[in-house]
Amino acid sequence: MTTQAENRVETGTLIEVRALKTHFQTPRGVVRAVDGVDLTIERGKSLGIVGESGSGKTILSRSIMGLLPRYGTIREGSVSFQGQELIDRSPKEMRGIWGREMAMIFQDPMTSLNPLMKIGKQISEPLMAHLGMDRSSAWETAEKLLRDVRIPEAGRRLSQYPHEMSGGMRQRVMIAIALACGPTMLFADEPTTALDVTVQAQILQLINEQRRERNMSLILVTHDLGVVAGNTDEIAVMYGGKIVEKAPTRTLFAHMKMPYTEALLQSIPKMDQPSHSRLAVIPGRPPDLVNPPAGCRFAPRCAYARERCQVEEPQLVAAESPQHVYACFYPVGSPEYLERKVELSRRTDTNQGGR
Amino acid sequence: MAGTGKAHLRPQGEAILRVEDLVVEFPVGRTGLKVNAVSGISFDVLRGETLGIVGESGCGKSTTGRAIMQLPRPTSGSIVFEGTELTTLSGDAMREARTKIQMIFQDPISSLNPRRKVREIVLEPLAIWKRGTDAEQGAVVDRVLEDVGIDPQRAAESQPHQFSGGQCQRISIARSLVLDPEMIICDEPVSALDVSVQAQVLNLLEDLKRQYGLTMIFIAHDLAVVKNISDRVAVMYLGKFCEVASSDALYARPAHPYTNVLLSSIPVPDPEVGFRGAAVEGEPPSPVNPPAGCRFNPRCPNAQDRCRTEEPAIREIGPGHFVACHFPLHGGEAPVSVRV
Repeated sequence: MTTQAENRVETGTLIEVRALKTHFQTPRGVVRAVDGVDLTIERGKSLGIVGESGSGKTILSRSIMGLLPRYGTIREGSVSFQGQELIDRSPKEMRGIWGREMAMIFQDPMTSLNPLMKIGKQISEPLMAHLGMDRSSAWETAEKLLRDVRIPEAGRRLSQYPHEMSGGMRQRVMIAIALACGPTMLFADEPTTALDVTVQAQILQLINEQRRERNMSLILVTHDLGVVAGNTDEIAVMYGGKIVEKAPTRTLFAHMKMPYTEALLQSIPKMDQPSHSRLAVIPGRPPDLVNPPAGCRFAPRCAYARERCQVEEPQLVAAESPQHVYACFYPVGSPEYLERKVELSRRTDTNQGGR
Repeated sequence: MAGTGKAHLRPQGEAILRVEDLVVEFPVGRTGLKVNAVSGISFDVLRGETLGIVGESGCGKSTTGRAIMQLPRPTSGSIVFEGTELTTLSGDAMREARTKIQMIFQDPISSLNPRRKVREIVLEPLAIWKRGTDAEQGAVVDRVLEDVGIDPQRAAESQPHQFSGGQCQRISIARSLVLDPEMIICDEPVSALDVSVQAQVLNLLEDLKRQYGLTMIFIAHDLAVVKNISDRVAVMYLGKFCEVASSDALYARPAHPYTNVLLSSIPVPDPEVGFRGAAVEGEPPSPVNPPAGCRFNPRCPNAQDRCRTEEPAIREIGPGHFVACHFPLHGGEAPVSVRV
């Protein structure tokens, strides 16, 4: 692990994704799960991908990594990792990259570990396969990794089975396995959704510490804007298989442009609101990706949509700061947006009491 | 943490539901060990009130909700609903009592029969209890479906899988309402839903509560959700109550160290607040072998010797604000050497 870390260039682009499409053939038709995504991931930086279920966030991260079903999958575009094109590589050719260069932490620590294999063996397996360690040095490294992820009594834990550990501990083991070969790119797909809130904070802290220590890049996939707010450098918001807004984390929260991002944030109950506050809702539900709506995919649910949004698809354009892009004709703060906002508040005033 | 004590109960007769010294234990195989899921809690709910119960997984919050329904019957304790003691009711009488207390579960899709038409699912409780004529039953079902925002026509033609998760939860809510219950127990009703849909369902529950004059128990792990919907909130840890207070008071001034830990562990959707790091070490211990004294003491940043031996009783530290802690963060008599 250390040898790789020493060779590592500290900055620069690690992954470049261009016009990535990932479609699935199903009996209902072609599901356009990821439909044209551009992304750049810098070394040592963390990117949050946020979206609701069915927005394509999980498929996007898996598609970058090449972890997709073999049959019925159409993957187009370009994924360039350290200058190598990965899009047309077979799983066999990817094996040298998986685990060693790119690793993933999955949502469910209960089912992602092999229940019949000791923890120590599960951690040392990639060390032996990728780094050519012998059994005893792999076992030693595994113990060190368990200490890195703050598992007490690491030596004893190595000979335990997953069922002997709690959910939080198992997620730590998953992280230890992902870190084992010193990857440059770590994917974490809803790593804390299955965990309790006090344990979630511990795991997020651990992932962040390890990322900084090892200068890894991180893609954190989640539905929770709270989780990305404190843990990422940059955020991409996905809707209907596309990135609809992307910006450095602080910029995004301070100057969000896309009405969808705003509506998503407003629909979360906040701790500082008094109880029984009426929650802002987004009417309807996410689009069917077999037959996505024409024009802007959010238009049918958007309070600020106009005729143009129904027919013409907005492209990503730069906001005031060039790292901030969004896909909307009438973004938050535009004259049309403000005009509609006044209309909407008038309407709710007259409707009050009617609920 | 405490649990023992009933200082937070309101005068008898005012409450629609009064639970005292509720204990639920489950045997662990044939080992002779037992899971202490709920270890002697007491609470009451006033008519029209929403009581929120929050806690981490394994704290006994769902077991508490199910124990009220006698699913299964609790090990000991008393549950009085509208003047009737539920724990001693016969099976038939309990079935009848359950028409007044209905439950909504976490997973909306698996709690509906996948083979049946949605309208039949919603109608079934009325058919079982033979409430009114077929025409009257149909009218009730259509009205309730309209109230929850499901098209009755579509419900008559479709099965649950043809609806989204949010819509299935609306259907579950409709099914719980057709018998015109007094009380609804919602067990994590929105945790399987996307945030945009979650807000729709939470608003709907508030509307229906008013419209149908319901009393509600809302069980969830998400503190922000519980705060929003509840009048009063009970914080649970390892089978005991830590703190009971009005929703706004609890969040403004948590008195129990565990409540404080829970509140500060929530990721805030604001990068200016930033990530506050983990507020507590470790994970909840096993309910098979709960710690002596206060059950939170092994993880508590403020624990003293007394906490390891003596279980704190629930006491009032402010109007309507109750806490089970020897050294609460405020309102204690002598908070010796307690740092927050």
